[in-house]
Amino acid sequence: MDFPTFLIQLLNSVQYGLLLFMLAAGLTLIFGIMGVVNLAHGSFYMLGAYLAYAISGQFGSLTVAIIGGTALAVLFGLALEWLLFRHFYQRDHLDQVLLTFGLIYIFEELRSLAWGDDVHSVKIPELLRLSIPLTENLSYPVYRLFIAGLCIALAIGLYLLINKTRLGMKIRAGAFNRDMAEALGVNIKLIHALVFALGVGLAAFAGIIAAPISSVYPNMGSQVLIMCFVVVVIGGIGSVRGALISALLVGLVDTFGKVLLPQMAGMLVYMLMAAVLLWKPEGLFKQ
Amino acid sequence: MTSRRLVLTRSAALIGAATSGLLLPQLARAQGNKIRVGLMLPYTGTYAQLGVAIENGFRMAIDEQGGKLGGREIEYFKVDDESEPPKGVENANKLVLRDKVDVLIGTVHSGVQMGIQKVARDTGVLSIIPNAGVLAATGGLCAPNVFRASFSNSQPTRALGAPMVKAGHKKAVWITWKYSAGDEAYLGFKEGFLAAGGTIVKEIAVPFPNVEFQAQLTEIAALNPDAVACFFAGGGAVKFMKDYAAAGLKGKIPLYGSGFLTEGVLDAAGAAADGVTTTLHYADGLDNAKNKAFRLAYAKQFKLQPDVYAVQGYDSGQLLVLGANAVKGDLSNKKALYAAMGGATIDSPRGKWKMSKAHNPIQDIYLRRVENGENKVIGVAAKQLVDDGPGCKMT
Repeated sequence: MDFPTFLIQLLNSVQYGLLLFMLAAGLTLIFGIMGVVNLAHGSFYMLGAYLAYAISGQFGSLTVAIIGGTALAVLFGLALEWLLFRHFYQRDHLDQVLLTFGLIYIFEELRSLAWGDDVHSVKIPELLRLSIPLTENLSYPVYRLFIAGLCIALAIGLYLLINKTRLGMKIRAGAFNRDMAEALGVNIKLIHALVFALGVGLAAFAGIIAAPISSVYPNMGSQVLIMCFVVVVIGGIGSVRGALISALLVGLVDTFGKVLLPQMAGMLVYMLMAAVLLWKPEGLFKQ
Repeated sequence: MTSRRLVLTRSAALIGAATSGLLLPQLARAQGNKIRVGLMLPYTGTYAQLGVAIENGFRMAIDEQGGKLGGREIEYFKVDDESEPPKGVENANKLVLRDKVDVLIGTVHSGVQMGIQKVARDTGVLSIIPNAGVLAATGGLCAPNVFRASFSNSQPTRALGAPMVKAGHKKAVWITWKYSAGDEAYLGFKEGFLAAGGTIVKEIAVPFPNVEFQAQLTEIAALNPDAVACFFAGGGAVKFMKDYAAAGLKGKIPLYGSGFLTEGVLDAAGAAADGVTTTLHYADGLDNAKNKAFRLAYAKQFKLQPDVYAVQGYDSGQLLVLGANAVKGDLSNKKALYAAMGGATIDSPRGKWKMSKAHNPIQDIYLRRVENGENKVIGVAAKQLVDDGPGCKMT
């Protein structure tokens, strides 16, 4: 591998890692703060992608889809929390797994009824449809850089929200000691509903902005779900910072694994996870 | 109290008798004159549309015979195989052992097909494959009672080599998902391309069903081959073609592929698919009388445009009709039935094809290029291509 190719692969790794981070951020929040194992997280990603397809098809604009779709997903998250998840915080993890596993099937069927089983595409906005030539053969799509930029902005936003705001303080307090926080007058129920909706919103947002490059198709959520869990487990459950570092690490191992050790590429990420867990059983950044 | 208990015990006995089969022989005898046809296809999940297209095509062929097989009425039994390989044997047994079907039509997914293949070999039931291309079904595990009316996984890609070399593309990179259908497609490509005088610069395997291709595309750009050949399908195919175009490779390094790369996904792929050249045993715009008549009739009956899967279902029906007519509906006359089906020439919308000794179609593979969102036929890539898969003892 010559040096320019190496640099391009590095760019590929970072860009893929950032996308993974955005997917995993919502999962790690819900997991870490409410203790809910949410297998349906991938379905929210799929929901986002299909919303992008439906809304951008209707209004011809991805911006409308990003704003409208994320807002719809947040509302959907609030409703879902109120109807179902609220009653499962105190239950066994097995109950939560069964609930969310069932939800995957329900969402898939609803998706099939609403949008059918075809593969769909979402147009990249005119402004971002360019590619920057890097070598004689290879160009880099501007839209991918745009996604990377959005992910970085989002990471900073999440950091500020959790570490620098009053709401973030309450979220952290609730995760640290629920009873004490409640005794001090924090409305934990409201906090949980907000965090859950935020998690759903993040997953759907990722689905929406990834839709133009990933295309929109049935079962797309289940493919990203496993990778999300890997990222969350490596990073340390509940740690947003951990999720960022671990997503970048997974992106690096996956990208270079595919090039340098193609026969083992499917396994490398899981070997990384196993190695990290042996070294730090609670993940890199345990909260 | 006593009378109520009596009622309970009697109804329990009745139910017991019914479920244990004491009351069943009469029912079975009443249906004995009908040919029992089992359809084991995906009706839910990712491949649901393929299952429906196959059933539509199959029923069309039967309807052309007045809905009868060799003069006998038909009774249909349907099982949704969900494209779940672990349930393959169980689902096939439902049709063969419970419903006692005379013929089993199925299925789409190669993994599920292996379950059907096992049941077909164990019980000797007539099995017609309307899609799944797994090589073993007409290769190492071939059987006199198993017939394929579709293609083998390495058949379309085997035809790629000659036209690629003819176009001056002698150094190629091959890329596919690392799973059995991808491996078998590669097998066909490798033999065809090497035989035509090409060299494979590199074989790239993407972990299935990963759709993040950026690393591999960077690698392809660095290798700078004359052409890239691939096997992808469905959502992954759309993503691959779009990423290929977005990476600036389209127009610099021509993209070839198995025809499934561009089946049913052209709307979603848009301009990214323009100019992609593929090989397949069918194309929507194939210019022959049978295809035109078929497409018209299908669109009229189902209010849908037929695709390659509908054609394969139709040919499965035609094959069964031909066999049943030869034995006048007596499907128990297996020797004559298999001889008729094995020697059949099927007048298909894809053009005429014959059965090979291993019971896989000997068929023309067409060269197609995507233009304006359609697969345009630009020639025949391989005439009457035989591709059974290795190890069949019947050849």
